[in-house]
Amino acid sequence: MCDTCGCSGDCGAVLRKPGESDYHVHVNPGTEEHSHSHAGGETHDHDHFPEEHHDRDYMHNHDGGHHHHHEGTSRKIVLEQDVLQQNNLLAERNRGYFEARNIFALNFLSSPGSGKTSLLEKIIPLLHQRFPVAVIEGDQQTTNDADRIHALGVPVIQINTGSGCHLDALMVNRAVKELDLQDNSLLCIENVGNLVCPALFDLGEALKVVIISVTEGDDKPLKYPTMFHEADLCILNKIDLLPYVEFDVAKCRENAMRVNHHLEWFELSATTGEGLAQWQQWLEKRLLHH
Amino acid sequence: MHEMSIAMSIVDAVVANAEKEGGVRISGVELLVGKLAGIEAESLKFCFSAATKGTIAEGAALVIGEPEGTGECGECGMRFPVTFYYAECPKCRSLRITIVSGEEFLIQTITIEEEGE
Repeated sequence: MCDTCGCSGDCGAVLRKPGESDYHVHVNPGTEEHSHSHAGGETHDHDHFPEEHHDRDYMHNHDGGHHHHHEGTSRKIVLEQDVLQQNNLLAERNRGYFEARNIFALNFLSSPGSGKTSLLEKIIPLLHQRFPVAVIEGDQQTTNDADRIHALGVPVIQINTGSGCHLDALMVNRAVKELDLQDNSLLCIENVGNLVCPALFDLGEALKVVIISVTEGDDKPLKYPTMFHEADLCILNKIDLLPYVEFDVAKCRENAMRVNHHLEWFELSATTGEGLAQWQQWLEKRLLHH
Repeated sequence: MHEMSIAMSIVDAVVANAEKEGGVRISGVELLVGKLAGIEAESLKFCFSAATKGTIAEGAALVIGEPEGTGECGECGMRFPVTFYYAECPKCRSLRITIVSGEEFLIQTITIEEEGE
């Protein structure tokens, strides 16, 4: 049971806003966002009755159609349906919305404690003179991260996933409806700190940004290859700590490139600001021409 | 533990499809989970049986096919088996490898029971 409103939405994610303790919205699968839309991309057609299967096989020869094999009263149906289809369809809807409004959406991924929020705290003030910025924060519990972003004066919403280990397209879809997004803006989606599960879930972002810090191992790209394989750029954070830790930057970069040779690479420190200008330049360029 | 939420979305999808087809029970589900898909087949099996409890898919036999990964070399075009995202072309030693299969994650078939025809 939800401890805020007493409703039974105990398994879904909850949206919260900093400074508005009464505000919370449940993200429940089964609402209209999650309904089975048959528009664009659905691969099956049900405008027929089961009895017709034998004599109307031609109906099933279209792309992704069904083939039926009767065996007494049990019947095998070929679906060939992507397990993550529901998420992927919704992610494409999010992506279409972002494209139409020229919103550049970035999905920030890392293990907990690599400095995702600190990096946003540092880069947002540099950008939002020229570009509107909004943030979606993902965490299992608390609005701590959203509170930090709220202090910068940009729109932010917190998604609390409860027991969930990743954000999905439905949560982002709901969160976007609660955020006052502007055209030609940057949307930063800070995923739940986790280097495994979020890699599988498309949110509709333009690019995935994976962050690692020098206090982690330089073999991290090899240990969590799926994440690095899916990412478009990699940011190595906390480089101000390099004198104090055993971390081989060149080796880490090489490991990351072995997993994904398309990966763009940045090295910086959110604390001292070192290396931040290069990333800012890259972001501004992409914001103008994405 | 994303296998649980994935198992639940599989159950949602197979139940929805079975009901549309007039099935009253699902006795079998065949999945294709590529070796590079980022899914633990064993963990998924365990979660699937939990996620089907109380649904028409309860007790359904889950069969998981696990196709091997295949990489294609960006230099010489050679295709070869891979077990991980990083690989070296056995012919020209290039590291510019693109994964061309092994990332599949599909519900292939469901077997439904219909009420006596």
